[in-house]
Parts: sequence; C-alpha cells; structure tokens
Amino acid sequence: MTRLKKCTSRLYLGFIFLFLYAPILVLIVLSFNNSMSRTVWGGFTLQWYANLPTNDTIMTALGTTLRITLSSSILATILGTSAAIGIHRMKKRHAAIMLGATNIPLLNADIVTGISLMLLFTRFTSLGEFSVILAHIAFSVPYVIFNVLPRLQSMSDVCYEAALDLGATPVYAFYKVIWPEIVPGVLSGFLMALTMSLDDFTITYFTKGAGVNTLSTMLYTELRKGIQPELYALSTLLFLVAFAMLFIINYKGNDSKKEVTN
Amino acid sequence: MEFIQFDHVSKSFEKQLVLDELDLSVKENSFVTLLGPSGCGKTTTLRLLGGFEKPDSGQIFLNGNDITALPANLRPINTVFQKYALFPHMTIAENIAFGLKIQKKSKDYINDKIKYALKLVNLDGFENRAIDSLSGGQQQRIAIARAIVNEPKVLLLDEPLGALDLKLRQNMQYELMKLKQELGITFIYVTHDQEEALTMSDTIVVMNQGYIQQIGTPEDIYNEPENAFVADFIGESNIIEGIMIKDELVSFLGVQVPCVDRGFGNMTPVDVVIRPEDVELDVPGKGFMDGVITDCLFKGVHYELDVQCGNYEWLVHTTKYYEIGQKVSLNVIPFNIQIMNKPASEDEEVLKEDE
Repeated sequence: MTRLKKCTSRLYLGFIFLFLYAPILVLIVLSFNNSMSRTVWGGFTLQWYANLPTNDTIMTALGTTLRITLSSSILATILGTSAAIGIHRMKKRHAAIMLGATNIPLLNADIVTGISLMLLFTRFTSLGEFSVILAHIAFSVPYVIFNVLPRLQSMSDVCYEAALDLGATPVYAFYKVIWPEIVPGVLSGFLMALTMSLDDFTITYFTKGAGVNTLSTMLYTELRKGIQPELYALSTLLFLVAFAMLFIINYKGNDSKKEVTN
Repeated sequence: MEFIQFDHVSKSFEKQLVLDELDLSVKENSFVTLLGPSGCGKTTTLRLLGGFEKPDSGQIFLNGNDITALPANLRPINTVFQKYALFPHMTIAENIAFGLKIQKKSKDYINDKIKYALKLVNLDGFENRAIDSLSGGQQQRIAIARAIVNEPKVLLLDEPLGALDLKLRQNMQYELMKLKQELGITFIYVTHDQEEALTMSDTIVVMNQGYIQQIGTPEDIYNEPENAFVADFIGESNIIEGIMIKDELVSFLGVQVPCVDRGFGNMTPVDVVIRPEDVELDVPGKGFMDGVITDCLFKGVHYELDVQCGNYEWLVHTTKYYEIGQKVSLNVIPFNIQIMNKPASEDEEVLKEDE
C-alpha cells in the first residue's frame, strides 16, 4: 500500500517536472542541432554558439541589455534600500500605506504598467534606452524593499541606539551596526532586480522606442522573421543565467535562515 | 545646582502626556532608582537623559551644563539596555571595544580595557566568543562591560535584570552594587521591581503617571510612604480611611488608636497605613479590634493571614500558624501606624480606584 502510494507520488512529481521543463529541454536540444529544421536531428554541433559573437544584432542587443540591467538594478537597489529604511522608521499606519503603494507595481499586469509608463514617457521625455532604465527601476524597487525590510525588522532597533550611546555618529552607527545586518537582504534584492530586468519583455517592449532592443525584444522580432538556431543558443544561455541567479538567491536565503535560528 | 538636574521637563507621545513638568535632581556618585509601574514615565526619563528622546519643554543639566539639545553620541553617559543590545556580528572583544575605537584609543589601551572590563564582570577569557554562545546573564554582563569601559560620568540601566531568572537576578544585584562601589560613578537605575529598588539604591524615586510621588532613601520610602500609592506599590499594606482627631490620636474603622504623628490638624480626613508585619495578633478582647481568621497561606518565611474585622479584611504576616475560623484580636504599637494626607492630585485618586 505504502509502496503504491510512494510510486504514485513519484510519478506525479515526474510529470510535473516533465511539463515544466520539457519545453526548455526541447529548446536546449535544438540549440545543439546541426540542422535548420525544427523536427529533424542533424547531429551535435556548437556552431550556433560559435556564431553568436559574430552576429551584430545579437551583440548590440546584449550590450543594451547589460547597460540597462546593470544600471537599473544598481539604482533600484540604492533606492529600494533607502526606501526600506525609511519605511521601517515610519509610524505603523504610514508604513502600511507605503507598503501598499509599493505592492501595486508587483500586482499590476505588466501590460498595464508598460502602457502607462509609455504614455508617461512620451509626454515628458522621449522613448529610448533611458526610458527603459527608468521603467526597470520602477518595477525592481519593490523587490529590493521586500528583501531588505524583513532584515531590518528582525534586528533590534536598540542596537542602533546602543551604537549612538557608545559615541557613534548616526552615519557610523548605520555603517557599523545596521549595514552588516541587512547586507544579505540588499544582495538578494539586487540579484532579484537583476533577474527581473533581464527577463522582462512586456514593459521593455512598450517603453523602448524605435531602434533600441534588449535581448528579449530582439528575440521576439527576430524569431518572427524566420528560423535562426543562433537564437535558440542565445535563449539557452539566457535561461542558464536566470537559473544560476535563482539558485544563488535561494542559496543565500537558506543561509540567512540558518543565521536567524542560531 | 545638583550633578544631574531635570528642570520642568515635559514629554508627550502622540498627544499622550508621559512626563508633566518633571523636576528631579541627582547627586554625583549616587545610586538612584526610578521605580514605578509600567507607563509611569521612568523609562522616558532615562531615555531623555541618555539623549534618545528630546523633551517637549524644560531643560536637562549635567554637571551644570545644559545638555537638553546634545545628541546621544556626545553625552558622557552610557546605557545598559533591557534587551542587552549587543552587536550580533561582532565578537565580545569587538563589542566592548566599540566605544573606545570611536574615541581613537590606542590598541594597547583598548586591549587592557577589554581585559579589565571582562575581569570586572567575571567573564575573563571570553574575548573571542560569539554573542549567541552566551546565556542571558552573561550577555547582560557584556553589555555592562561595554558601557563602563568608556568611563562614563553616568551609567543608565534600563531594567537590566528584567529578563533574568530570580537566582541570577539576586546575584547580579549584588554584583551591580559591588561594581558601583569600584567605579565610583553615578548609577541611574530603572525598574518596576520594588525589592530590587529597596536592595540596591541610595535613593528611590517613586513615579506614577508622569509625576514623582516620593523621593527618599529605601527606609524612608518603606517606613514612611507619603501617600497611598507609594504605600501600596512598595510592599504590601493595609490602607484604611481614617480621621485624625487630634495630634497623636487617629480614628478608623470605628476605633480610636494612639499614634505618633502630629501636625495634621484636628478632625482631618487621612489615610492610615499599617504594614502586615506590624500587626500583632492576640487573644480576643486584648487588642484594639477583634476579628476572625479567614485565610492562612504559607509563604516560606511567614504565614500570610486574612483577618476579617467587620467590613474590613486585614492582611497580617505572622510566623505562627492560625486555624481558619479562629477568633483573634489585633494590636499595633503607635510607632508603626503611618498617617498620610489624602491624595492631592487627581491622578493619585484615579490609580487608587483602579485597584
């Protein structure tokens, strides 16, 4: 009886993983396929990966993506961390209002956020790389806040007062006492912002303007033109990067939990 | 002007008045305890002195200098917090060195100080231990060590023993008193534990609802409480309404009893305080009042008795066992009857009704 139960539950789990990862697996397999066909296996090759650096469209998009992702996530981390500290210091009611407000970009449909940002940007500035960076900051900040705030809440406020009491200036007290405690949260917030920015398609698509392409919007336009196995290779690499970052975030999360229980 | 001086200090939080025109002076090198129930303003008083709060009005002086606007990090005052507030990512040595590093002391000086402080709190050799490997009592000693290495003029202690168990608390009380003698600095101690206050302090400041109720030595506060609140808060008491008929004669519960108090005037309403250990029991008819034992609890050192006399139930402590239902009479020598004026302020009155 228990064996049957165990078997069924294993099988069920197997199916879940199969449905989740089969599409990605197909993509990965095709990226090594030495044939332009989507259905015929023509042998193993690394040709599509080798072609990547010579493809101008892809390399330009990669450069744009790196610039947008890095600058937006660094700025979002700075803004989000300061916001979290501010919210933590607020009175309860005000903090609840602020948290509610930061929740909205998380829950709002991407397409609505994208369209409203586009309307805003076309009215006050022009669409381009800069507007994409602004848009990415806007949706990344809440992730940073939600990673940093619990860190602040789990540490005792008295520590900060104790540092002042021992002669520390407010800046020194922050740097010596608060910063070491929240740095894991800031890091995972940064990684989360990085992943979100790298992955985003919808909001980028609406706010990018003509001629600017990140990897995800470039993939979309190029794939509509026809089959290019280089794009499978690129997608596989994107997936691996996102996977690696998720892995790091989760590993960090586990690590910090251990610290708390100690 | 005294060493520490609060001059008409008021403070409110969200329109709730916590301290109302507080005046308080503390002598240099004394052990002063602020004692009162939670919400009485004692912690706020301490935080104002530490620089963690700013008063709404009034001034605070230290050694003759106005420190009202001085931020916490510039005051020659250190604090031992209720929840220890040790820095979790630093070792014990780093915790203790925190203040000294800010003062830019030399490495040798800092190392010597760490050794000295750890010895003072009986934790020699703990330099490189992690904070979370220590028990609550040990953590609190480190917090004390971290505060005193800075050689503050005043050490503030905010219910530092509140989280410890009884035995440890008694040990720490003794150690704090010893420490105070060795360091020769002013201790300001906040607690709601009257026993702690009576044991350790030179001076007790009893506070309630933002007002000082009485300032005095532990003996004064216990033996001659100035009002019903103090009498009730410090130890247990029989507090009875009475009338001062004339000097050295008071009437309560329908009997007239001689006392030693003078100067209340004739036929003045007063409160009479009699401590339970000052009531002597005798055979019926011998005392000033007869009654029946209604309860007898063993408390270790003594028995705690309830004695019903008409409408009033007396609390009595004796070392002898009495049967429930036994008839007795009560006696009190005049010296042990304490007469107090009726509450002057509304707040005192309010608190009496609450109980």
